[in-house]
Amino acid sequence: MSATAENYRGYNFAYLDEQTKRMIRRAILKAIAIPGYQVPFASREMPMPYGWGTGGVQVTAAILGPDDILKVIDQGADDTTNAVSIRQFFEKTAGVQTTTETGKATIIQTRHRIPEATLQDHQVLVYQVPIPEPLRFLEPRETETRTMHALAEYGLMHVKLYEDIAQHGHIAKTYDYPVLVAERYVMAPSPIPKFDNPKMHQSGALQLFGAGREKRIYAIPPHTEVVSLDFEDHPFEPTKFTEPCALCGALDSYLDEVITDDKGGRMFVCSDTHHCESRRAEGHVGALGTPITPVTEAAE
Amino acid sequence: MNDPLLVVEGLAKSYGGRMGCADVSFTLEPGEVLAIVGESGSGKTTLLNLISGQLPPDQGRVAYRMRDGALRNILDLTEAERRFLARTDWGFVHQDARNGLRMGVSAGGNIGERLMGIGDRHYGKIRDVALNWLDRVEIDPARIDDKPGQFSGGMRQRLQIARNLVTNPRLVFMDEPTGGLDVSVQARLLDLIRGLVAELGLAVVLVTHDLAVARLLSHRILVMKGGYVIEAGLTDRVLDDPQEAYTQLLVSSVLAA
Ligand SMILES: [Zn+2]
Repeated sequence: MSATAENYRGYNFAYLDEQTKRMIRRAILKAIAIPGYQVPFASREMPMPYGWGTGGVQVTAAILGPDDILKVIDQGADDTTNAVSIRQFFEKTAGVQTTTETGKATIIQTRHRIPEATLQDHQVLVYQVPIPEPLRFLEPRETETRTMHALAEYGLMHVKLYEDIAQHGHIAKTYDYPVLVAERYVMAPSPIPKFDNPKMHQSGALQLFGAGREKRIYAIPPHTEVVSLDFEDHPFEPTKFTEPCALCGALDSYLDEVITDDKGGRMFVCSDTHHCESRRAEGHVGALGTPITPVTEAAE
Repeated sequence: MNDPLLVVEGLAKSYGGRMGCADVSFTLEPGEVLAIVGESGSGKTTLLNLISGQLPPDQGRVAYRMRDGALRNILDLTEAERRFLARTDWGFVHQDARNGLRMGVSAGGNIGERLMGIGDRHYGKIRDVALNWLDRVEIDPARIDDKPGQFSGGMRQRLQIARNLVTNPRLVFMDEPTGGLDVSVQARLLDLIRGLVAELGLAVVLVTHDLAVARLLSHRILVMKGGYVIEAGLTDRVLDDPQEAYTQLLVSSVLAA
């Protein structure tokens, strides 16, 4: 047991008691068995406020083992307050190894992004979900949305997209863009950018979604068809960036706008910080980046 | 005579001892407009909810001729089948348009919903159909992106009708469709309904307390009182030569008003 884990002495491994974990695992198994279906679960109070990913934290706690290597990202970054505090929570309560390297992690808990590196079969991606119900926007009655899911009555999702096109001339939804999972359930992918939607399709990793306040868990099993909803004459299009990352020159990653000074200076950089760093370590340099030279080579 | 579209036999419903309606039987032919008239509390709304499958009866049967020609008891349909029927082959026009429209969705989206519900996935085509239907119910097609809240009461009713008719239903239930509207607005709406019903060959079950509405729209009338049908017949016959004392009273009160 590490020194920090001492502080949490008296807590069970990964904070939750075994009975609660079993209950959550049962919900997860059901969710995997019915891809895209929202399984209710008895969400527990966690030592952090809702909105800080309590749903994702409970899912991670339920599947975490001592040999797992955990990565936590928020908006693609490992170093935001939210990501750091969740990572520290599991370092303290489970004493597990953590990493910022996507390829090394066995479990990745995320808010708002899917890593750029293609996830593999041995990995689990755990999403923090604020609003699990994709039909909520147009149909506030839960009894009705449940029936709509049960009967696969999803015309309303297209009404929502229709309204977007009527108002903006195109489907304006750029985050939490609805998908059809395994040709059956319409699912909210949580507020990831639609740029990430294609990564959910046929992913090797198991994808688990936890909504704490709304008490729902859902899943996409590995190698499952995930299709973004659209119209024949307004097909789904992932966001495309016209310029490369200013630091690593990547052309195919999701970019965030960063203000560089108080004179209106700005640049676009990878939101996946690990992706950007590893590209720079490989020698890729963007327009505003500086080469990262390994120490041994610098000495020559 | 055609095979009947709707066959109602021995329907009864009570609410905790209080009778909603009892012993109601009738048939409805394709293209026929039947008015169910009576005062409030007569059981006409209960009956409408029973035959439209929104309320299970205590006794009796409601059989509907499906598009494949088979007559099926609507209570034997799965929920999925019943809901599919309700949003394709049936329509329901509510007195309060807010119950029949999505107030947060544009006129075009309201009309297009049923099309998207049956799998239409071409925005341009859905929009063309919506534009055409707005025109048919005498709403300026330029208002296609406006929400129902920006419409007058009469326009909302016309939008509700368009939203229902877009899938070419064969049977439309109407619950006091002109209730609460000004007389001149009512007259225009009745003209529109009458024209569409004739043009599309719609069968309609119309619930109204207004005998003038029944006279203008319906072929046949059921008069209800205390949960029972007390008089039934061709509209002109019932209204011009009522047999029951209660019907005579209803007719004379309209004349006196
Ligand atoms: Zn980069």
